[in-house]
Amino acid sequence: MKQVRLMTGNEACAEAAIVAGMRFFAGYPITPSSEIAEVLSKRLPEVNGVFIQMEDEIASMGAIIGASLAGVKSMTATSGPGFSLMQENIGYAAMAEVPVVVVDVQRGGPSTGLPTMPSQSDVMQARWGTHGDHPVIAVAPSTVQDTYEWTIKAFNFSEKYRVPVIILMDEIVGHLSEKIIIPDVNEIEIIDRVLTTDPPEEYLPYKFTENDIPPIAHYGTGYRFNVTGLSHDESGFPTNDPEKIDALYRRINRKIERYKKEIIYYKTELLEDADVCLVAYGSTTRSARRAVYEARAAGIKAGLFQIYVLWPFPYEELREISQTIKRFIIPEMNLGQIAHEVEYATRTDVIKVNRVDGNPVTPQEILKKIKHVSL
Amino acid sequence: MPFRYEIRLSGSGGQGLILAGKILAEAAAIYDGKNATQSQSYGPEARGGSSRSEVIISDVDIDYPKAVNIDLLLALTQEACDKYWKDVKEGGVIIVDSRFVSKLPEGKFKVYSIPITEIAEQKTGKSLVANIVALGIITEITKVVSREAMESAILSRVPRGTEELNLKAFRAGVAFAQELV
Repeated sequence: MKQVRLMTGNEACAEAAIVAGMRFFAGYPITPSSEIAEVLSKRLPEVNGVFIQMEDEIASMGAIIGASLAGVKSMTATSGPGFSLMQENIGYAAMAEVPVVVVDVQRGGPSTGLPTMPSQSDVMQARWGTHGDHPVIAVAPSTVQDTYEWTIKAFNFSEKYRVPVIILMDEIVGHLSEKIIIPDVNEIEIIDRVLTTDPPEEYLPYKFTENDIPPIAHYGTGYRFNVTGLSHDESGFPTNDPEKIDALYRRINRKIERYKKEIIYYKTELLEDADVCLVAYGSTTRSARRAVYEARAAGIKAGLFQIYVLWPFPYEELREISQTIKRFIIPEMNLGQIAHEVEYATRTDVIKVNRVDGNPVTPQEILKKIKHVSL
Repeated sequence: MPFRYEIRLSGSGGQGLILAGKILAEAAAIYDGKNATQSQSYGPEARGGSSRSEVIISDVDIDYPKAVNIDLLLALTQEACDKYWKDVKEGGVIIVDSRFVSKLPEGKFKVYSIPITEIAEQKTGKSLVANIVALGIITEITKVVSREAMESAILSRVPRGTEELNLKAFRAGVAFAQELV
């Protein structure tokens, strides 16, 4: 049955993770993500799940990778400083193709930065925080409702493509209480990883298959295989064979590249006749939307392109829009991380509206820029 | 223009302003069937430091969730009052706790100086529930949420075992404000 509740983004994330089937959470509480751990420490035991507070974020990532290999959907939650510590093992999850979900409720950085204040300065870290060419998916909810829905989608992506998925929230979405309609559980699509049907003696954990996503065998079910961060062949054991190394790296990255049309998600509003396009994601979208409507009221044809899936990035879709619209404004709570991607996608000089003082970009600031470029 | 009502509850950490904001938002969004958001801004300290909780109530979807043109300001410290009264719009309302705020702002808004903490102490024996007394006062003065919705929201949000105490505090706030308006 549908339910209407007032919830924070952090609470919605925790509840949605349980609905998605997550039964193992390992984490180290950090503002502004702590409520996710708090809620799950109470909720997981109620559904026969496990909550464990680890000694740090490095160990938290290690624990969820291990739990996932044993067959349990797993998650951790953190903020900037913890996200930095998780990078090494995020790379391990990408390399070993272990489905995990990492929540980063962004606060101001670098370093300890602004513990209680919002920011969007980890968007590039979500893409390139760990070294090496690696696949990753990152989603950015802008409301509590989005957070619920995209947490479930994050697990689905992770299970389907065997990749780490990052949920990039920010302090505003994480701590905002707002109305949310929780759908009937029977109406929610839940995707589970594909398990191997090969017998244990024939099982190759990193087999090349037509769809580039090898079926998984869970530890403890009679299958024995090696998991390593070293480049490996189909058997999972390290290899120095250039051909096999090349094939592995290309396959794990192709896994996202070839399915990006299924993964990329954005919404446009009032773009049909627009002269100015705002590109926004996360909580900043809320300011952008307000600015668009105020601009329209003032007779300026402004529209909105809201990015829900940041990585993979909608380069081609923005390129298409830049055929007709030449002016792009990108409000962000950082110094212009996504602005560069939009610039690259649209081959235009974009206009940035940035705040890094712990306050949200206001609709008024954006409106001022819209008016300025529309003169 | 769609209806948009902006509330800022301000004071110091530990005064229960975030809980008060959540109760207001829940009353409006769940029990009165409107839309509401509650956001917060606080320092890294566990207690003390400035704390602020903002509630937006609207009859349409709420995009920007922060208060910019305040309809109602609650200030429980002089510092909060000094810092925020300028954001109150013309015709808006400022409610202060007279025990902590002695210097009152002047402008095109209505100021109510009310012994909020004293009411809490006298009517319930606990200064702790001053935040809930303030909610009773806000409900009665602004009428932006219904009294029934507020009581339901209080019952759903306060710790178990403190329902009676909090309802008593809320009703004491309502009763005091009824004498004023």
